[in-house]
Amino acid sequence: MRELLVEIARFARRNRLAAAGGLIGLSIVLVALTAPWLAPRDPLKADFRRMNKPPDSQSFLGTDQVGRDTLSRVIYGARTSLFVAFSAVLLGTTVGSLWGVACGYLRGRFDLYSQRVMEIMQSFPDLILAMAISMAMGTGLPAVILAIAITRIPFGGRVIRSVALSVREMPYVEAGRASGASALRIMALHVLPQCIAPYLVLATTHLGVAIVIEAALGFLGVGVPPPTPTWGNMLADSITALVPPWWLAFFPGLAITVTVLAFNLFGDGIRDTLDPRLSPAFLRMMTGGRRA
Amino acid sequence: MYAAVTLLGVSLSIFVILRILPGDPLVAILGVEGHARMTPADRVRIMADLGLSDPLPVQYVRWLGDIAAGRLGKSFFRGDTVADLITHRGPISAEIGVLALFVSWIVGLPVGILSAFKPNSVPDGVARMLSILFIAIPGFWLGMLIVLALLFWFGYKSPFIIVHVWEDPWTNFQMVVGPGVVLGLAQGAYIARMSRSCLLEVIGEDFVRTARAKGLKEGIVVMRHALPNALLPVITISGVLLGFVLGGSVAVEQAFGVPGLGRALVTAVIERDIIVVQNLVLLYAVIFVVVNVLVDLSYAWLDPRIRYS
Repeated sequence: MRELLVEIARFARRNRLAAAGGLIGLSIVLVALTAPWLAPRDPLKADFRRMNKPPDSQSFLGTDQVGRDTLSRVIYGARTSLFVAFSAVLLGTTVGSLWGVACGYLRGRFDLYSQRVMEIMQSFPDLILAMAISMAMGTGLPAVILAIAITRIPFGGRVIRSVALSVREMPYVEAGRASGASALRIMALHVLPQCIAPYLVLATTHLGVAIVIEAALGFLGVGVPPPTPTWGNMLADSITALVPPWWLAFFPGLAITVTVLAFNLFGDGIRDTLDPRLSPAFLRMMTGGRRA
Repeated sequence: MYAAVTLLGVSLSIFVILRILPGDPLVAILGVEGHARMTPADRVRIMADLGLSDPLPVQYVRWLGDIAAGRLGKSFFRGDTVADLITHRGPISAEIGVLALFVSWIVGLPVGILSAFKPNSVPDGVARMLSILFIAIPGFWLGMLIVLALLFWFGYKSPFIIVHVWEDPWTNFQMVVGPGVVLGLAQGAYIARMSRSCLLEVIGEDFVRTARAKGLKEGIVVMRHALPNALLPVITISGVLLGFVLGGSVAVEQAFGVPGLGRALVTAVIERDIIVVQNLVLLYAVIFVVVNVLVDLSYAWLDPRIRYS
């Protein structure tokens, strides 16, 4: 425990921006967890005596067209947005990473076909693939999570595959093979632990992307269905008005930006700390595996 | 060759996603309630009308045949054919995409060069902060704010009826400039980041030291010797960023209220207009794949060391 704190203190000293990002990200997560206690009002309760009110002492961020409190909705929105983003990244990156380990370790035909499949998955613009999947599965929380998760799979697959490719050539893995360990055992006990650092980097990097995709889906009306407050849904609601009140358009978007910024800064810091060598791999991932 | 196989795979995945995942396409089109209200006879007739009662492999092959023959089908709810949608709205979205690409290079590259010239200086710090910020801001939100600000302070609203560039260039420009610039700035941020790190990497190499040692001015060293060698990854990332532009334009068009292809896709997705969604998603994927093939081919031309067999 003490060692962990020392590590964190060292990380914070070396990467001030990343530490700030991590701190903001953590507080947003806390806000999401404690939403029922933090939110001043019920986010779903309409109040027709207070419709379209600009920010004042009663509702700090104003109210929407049916008198719901914007602050409470932004706080509850953090819940949905973060839940979707965390589940999607956890699911997508994990599946992708396990697939990548298998590809990198087994090589051969399995790897070849898997690479083609991932290439096909990456041939769709993220948002458009997510839209099509969530439409096909009928909009709803699980559909949105799965849709975003599927778009994350090839990224995990490519990066972790390159890690596994280099790990499989190491002497200790060869020793394991020589002593008769099964492929499954070597992958699980010897290759997988080496992939944890890059996995963490990937996951934090993709959290921001997942939040933006979720918000965009909500904004386009194909995300988590209303009345559940999500940041994207709130932005979508706000433009239905002829002259949208500025506070309805401003605050949910600000919440998205701050959250994404925080996770991105934190992710960059983690990448620099955990695995400086990962940067070229990250670059290859971004470029879809093509080598210049 | 790979690209052709990839595209075939892309079309197959679209087909699988839209036809097999939901189970019953009629439920997808009409919703659960509408579906329950139909008589079995209606069901059979509509399925046959839509060509949905044939076995799936037959449907898939017919779809590919239709595309090859240029028959893109038509909307289930409106009369418009998909081909009309594309020819009418496509140019607007294409203009937005090209403008975004242009803006991203015009803004991103100079900022990246400026950063790499004096790393860790004040301008570099400002440039890096700005690029981190623009990567985080969702384009559709920035778009909404711009539209609101223009409306609020200047009472200005961009035209919302499709006007093509050959009809009235100025009105057309007003339509595409907002989405183009917003999308361009976000990509520009990535390009600035990428060109900075690539330039710094190249500047550390031996031939740059040689150039400096023979007494060239720093400007010439960077612009003539280092820059051309740093551009390749930047071009690659630009091809990848096209995915963000294509996907992002869907949301940004919605934010600006521009009636481009992206909005047609959103409408079709909301109305569960399967034929339109199927063909438009394919179109977006085809553009993405083809541009990345072009990027790959441009390597051989830009860097004679790379040859494709």
